[in-house]
Amino acid sequence: MSNNIDLKKGLNIPISGSAGLKTRKAIVPDVVAVKPTDFRGLKPKLLVKEGDKVLAGSPVLADKESPDILFTSPVSGTVAAVVRGDKRKLLEVRIKADASQEYLNFAVGNVSSLDAAQIKSLLMKSGLWPAIIQRPYGIIANPAIQPKAIFVSAFSTAPLAADTEYILKDEFANLQTAVNALAKLTDGKVHVSLNSANASGSVFHKLENVVFHSFSGKHPAGNVGVQIHHISPIMKGDTVWTVSPVMLAAIGRFLNTGKYDMTRLIAVTGPKAIEPAYVKGLPGISMKDISEFYGNSASGIRFISGDVLTGENVGEDGFLGFFDTQVTLIKEGNEHELLGWAKPFRTKLFSTSRTYFSWLTPKKTYDMDTNLHGGPRAFVMSDVYSKVLPMDIYPVYLTKACLANDIDKMEEFGIYEVLEEDLALCEYVCPSKIEIQSIITDGIALMMKEMA
Amino acid sequence: MRKFIDKIKPSFEKGGKFGFLHSTFDAFESFLYVPDTVTRRGSHVRDCVDLKRIMIIMVLALVPAMLFGIWNTGYQHSVAFGLNDWGFWNMVGYGLVKVIPLYLVSYIVGLAIEFISAQIRGHEVNEGYLVSGMIIPLIVPADVPLWMLALAVAFAVILGKEVFGGTGMNIWNPALLARAFLFFSYPSMMSGDTIWTAGATRYLAEGKAYACGNGLVDGFSGATPLAHPSVEGLQAAGTNVWDLISGVIPGCVGETSVIAILIGAVILIWTGVASWKIMLSSVVGGLAIGYLGQAVGVTDLPGYYQLLMGGFAFGTVFMATDPVTSAQTETGKWIYGFLVGALAVTVRMFNPGYPEGMMLAILLMNTFAPLIDHYVIQASMGRRAKKIKTA
Repeated sequence: MSNNIDLKKGLNIPISGSAGLKTRKAIVPDVVAVKPTDFRGLKPKLLVKEGDKVLAGSPVLADKESPDILFTSPVSGTVAAVVRGDKRKLLEVRIKADASQEYLNFAVGNVSSLDAAQIKSLLMKSGLWPAIIQRPYGIIANPAIQPKAIFVSAFSTAPLAADTEYILKDEFANLQTAVNALAKLTDGKVHVSLNSANASGSVFHKLENVVFHSFSGKHPAGNVGVQIHHISPIMKGDTVWTVSPVMLAAIGRFLNTGKYDMTRLIAVTGPKAIEPAYVKGLPGISMKDISEFYGNSASGIRFISGDVLTGENVGEDGFLGFFDTQVTLIKEGNEHELLGWAKPFRTKLFSTSRTYFSWLTPKKTYDMDTNLHGGPRAFVMSDVYSKVLPMDIYPVYLTKACLANDIDKMEEFGIYEVLEEDLALCEYVCPSKIEIQSIITDGIALMMKEMA
Repeated sequence: MRKFIDKIKPSFEKGGKFGFLHSTFDAFESFLYVPDTVTRRGSHVRDCVDLKRIMIIMVLALVPAMLFGIWNTGYQHSVAFGLNDWGFWNMVGYGLVKVIPLYLVSYIVGLAIEFISAQIRGHEVNEGYLVSGMIIPLIVPADVPLWMLALAVAFAVILGKEVFGGTGMNIWNPALLARAFLFFSYPSMMSGDTIWTAGATRYLAEGKAYACGNGLVDGFSGATPLAHPSVEGLQAAGTNVWDLISGVIPGCVGETSVIAILIGAVILIWTGVASWKIMLSSVVGGLAIGYLGQAVGVTDLPGYYQLLMGGFAFGTVFMATDPVTSAQTETGKWIYGFLVGALAVTVRMFNPGYPEGMMLAILLMNTFAPLIDHYVIQASMGRRAKKIKTA
């Protein structure tokens, strides 16, 4: 194992409502959704129509640009609705699940004897190819290329994130199978980054055929982008792939069983979650399936698929995202606060800034809500951002380059190395309330358009 | 209260009766209440710090210097006019009479322009002027005519800030621009020996002034220590190091007391509102040139005097550290601060025409801050490219 990389910069947001390490229930899905919006830049092609019968693993969507990449149904059932938004943009394909689940059987054979082309073809057919993310830009991996390396972060430092060790504790065999298969797809290695606090106890620790790295530090030390930056930075022309731990397990499970079985443990968390704990479910499950966590009264609650920094506000009627292992329930903070900014103490609110006094209570957690706590302004403070970004890049300059649509500058300031999630903390601490993540999103979209 | 605001709010919104005053209403509302806006995109929770909080800390840090300035205005007046029977409250009272109008002019003119330009742009009113407006009266002589101050504030806010797009977009520190405007437009009111003592200008011009007692005492000079920057000169004027530190000397309203400024510096550094790197490197730069000047015989003052005289301390703590106009990169801050200190002392030593080098040094370095950042970033990019090549 290589030396530990200790990241000094970062911030663990002290939000209350972390999930206890127990699984409260197994969700029997009613309606699940396949959401093309979970994938950046995807132009989906609809392969089913309302009323069609599907099995778990049957194709629902395809990628228009490379039609071999399929998106499949996580359940067996009937296509109930195709939901479109503005300009007929495809948002969701809702599938009503049958009472008993039937899986489409894929003939996998012996994994160790498969070659790269066969593995790719299997993953694309089964709907698991989109689980592999390509950087720069964080898009679905292009099956036509050989990436420089494949990176896996074996832990998450995001606020209230599901405990990777807990959700994957019985998945060692699947992880090993997936690693063996993915290793055939790259010229380089499969890199796995462990949390130095628990490196030897991790389920990943015994994996073979991988290169280990060890990281310690606050969030975003667990972000794979930050880890890549310290292991082998992405330069212009480089391509790397990343896979999340839960997706690695799903790939392994598929290769071992021949079934598209996406069952995963999902942490239901947040200040508004009653007795936060884990549930067993699938990607695409409805927020209604976890109604006992919010006592059936959804008013004033924001439903986030993912964590509070990067997750998506899906709403009471929404569905869990493809990659997410976490639901966060927080209060909508649409309330006025009298002279809030002038109060010497605001004990219910957290701030990294010493202009408040939350540094006096480092162990305290807070019932955070969605209030912006201020109005949007121009960039003023220059040194707050780099304190939460353990990367050798200039976040303000990168953001400004994105705002200015200046491609050369974006390249220079490291757009290839970052995704929104890596700069999410910069957005969190920003006293000017600038939407840094969506500025980066626009910047990445522009890069993809101009560099294509 | 909240109910009242909610009731009148619709008439200030777009299309309402007073829709054209939208920004103004919004400014007052968000001053009273943290707005109820929630995050739309990106991070769902946000830190509770905002620019208002940062600005109010800045204002708080300026309060000791302001309070001392009010007292010192009265004290200098009483010394100049031989008012030996004046007690503490007489001095404070006189200081208030002198300083409050400066504040009124500064805030009324500055905020009016801020509100109008926010209204024109349809933006929210920015709180940046709260700090500039607090600083400007502290860096002018107490005797400055109010109409001049009003002109200077208008110049600084319009040409220094609003034409660039408001707080966060400006190149130069607005408060310093106001002072520079006064200095170059009305040099007779901003330099010389007699303008630093409140009431003296009017007395000399008209032969009378408010609370002028029996006229100026014999031997009144009123000159700031900068006017005679040598050991002998200071001794002749009866000024010792302790006077320089405590600030019982003539000078701009808020810049004389190093102690009051240090209290502010501690607040700013502790809360992280201003960069300690800039302050430290500016002090180092000032000391370096100060001692160099002593060594080669340009001046016989030990280097540390340079930190205590004139606006050096005030400029270093409150104006060089302005996050918008200073260098943005951390390495750049060291370079920027050092050059501010070094240039300020250099100007002092070599140009008797502009004894207060701090203002010019900071404005000059404001201009060059983006250049410094540019080279710091280029160097960082180069380093990184090299590292990757060798790896």
